Amino acid sequence: MHLPAILPWGAAEGFSKQMLLVLLSVAFIAVFFVLAARKQQLVPGKLQFAGEAAYGFVRNGIAKDIIGGRDFMKYVPLLFSLFFFILVNNIYGAIPFFQLPTFSHVGGAYVLAGIVYFTWIAIGIKKNGLRYFKLATVPSGVPWYILPIVIPIEIISNFLVRPVTHSLRLFATMLAGHLIVMIAGYGIEFLIMQENILLKGTSLLVLGGAIAMYMLEALIMVLQAYVFTLLTAIYIEGALHADSH
Amino acid sequence: MNQVIISAATEGETNPLVPNVWEMGVVLVGFAVLMFIVVKFVVPMFEKTFAERAEAIEGGIAKAEKAQAEASAALEEYKQQLTDARAEANRIREEARAEGAQILADLKEKAAAESARITAQAHVQIESERQAAVVSLRSEVGTLATTLAGRIVGEALTDDERAARVVDRFLADLENQNAGATQ
Repeated sequence: MHLPAILPWGAAEGFSKQMLLVLLSVAFIAVFFVLAARKQQLVPGKLQFAGEAAYGFVRNGIAKDIIGGRDFMKYVPLLFSLFFFILVNNIYGAIPFFQLPTFSHVGGAYVLAGIVYFTWIAIGIKKNGLRYFKLATVPSGVPWYILPIVIPIEIISNFLVRPVTHSLRLFATMLAGHLIVMIAGYGIEFLIMQENILLKGTSLLVLGGAIAMYMLEALIMVLQAYVFTLLTAIYIEGALHADSH
Repeated sequence: MNQVIISAATEGETNPLVPNVWEMGVVLVGFAVLMFIVVKFVVPMFEKTFAERAEAIEGGIAKAEKAQAEASAALEEYKQQLTDARAEANRIREEARAEGAQILADLKEKAAAESARITAQAHVQIESERQAAVVSLRSEVGTLATTLAGRIVGEALTDDERAARVVDRFLADLENQNAGATQ
């Protein structure tokens, strides 16, 4: 089922299967959407319609709904790229032969969460100046004697924990799902090699469970791409409208 | 079984939270390339299509509205023309009726005058013919009667004076007779 790792799996150097899949996803997304968008027909064909539906989902369903009507267009490219980059890389885990959600290796999740982290801080500073840090950490309408407790909590939750949870949520769900399906696979293999016929039979139960887990994983792969993009939109919106929060 | 243990062991050696720097680099570069393509090509092309489509739809609506306005203007014009034509027709009909009545009255008058004229002429003619008849009768009857009486009497009554007296007396008697007969 698995493609063999190209170079030693755990090794710090060398071109791994994960890297190949990441580059493949970039090529796939770019080719698909450029082909879909290229014709620019007023009455779209099938490919263009699919591309427009996918683009419209991110543009209207995430960017427009969360960030708002006036200046959401500036952030559509980032949200669009994030969503489909994560989606395709996650779906790899559900495709036989590829069978590796690339974000089960934590590096990619760190990179994306880091890009988002610096993006929304930059947006906040550009929009509100350095006053942004005060707006983001000192909530309005809180009595002064609670502020000493609230301010550290806000600093920790907004500036320290947020990027960590943002990246680890994606990474952990992908790794866990990958591990569960893999363990179920090994379990089936182990049980089927037993001498006892009854013990052999139990592998069918594990197979049923593995299929259910596989379906759940497929759902989570799509869901996590959506969640990551949605949170990005929420962070950007919070930075843009820091003075009204 | 052995495979499981081996892979578990090798996974166990590396902390999954510690990233592979090369993998991070590949993701960073890959995502940057993707972003570039999206910013440069995908988003502008889709947005252009959306804008064109919106414009086409709104332009179509405007065109339809214009056509509708034109159609209702034309309808209004036709209605106006129809009303005008009806009024014109009514006017012409009224005129014709009045003219006809006038002609009829003229004709009646003319006919009445003509008939009166013919009647009067007939009266005059009848009267003159009667006079002529009376005159001619008076002379002819006198002559005839004189001739007849001459023959009967057998003598020439050529003495005019006497003959005229005889005739007058005879005619007076005749008229008296006639008057008695009609009474």
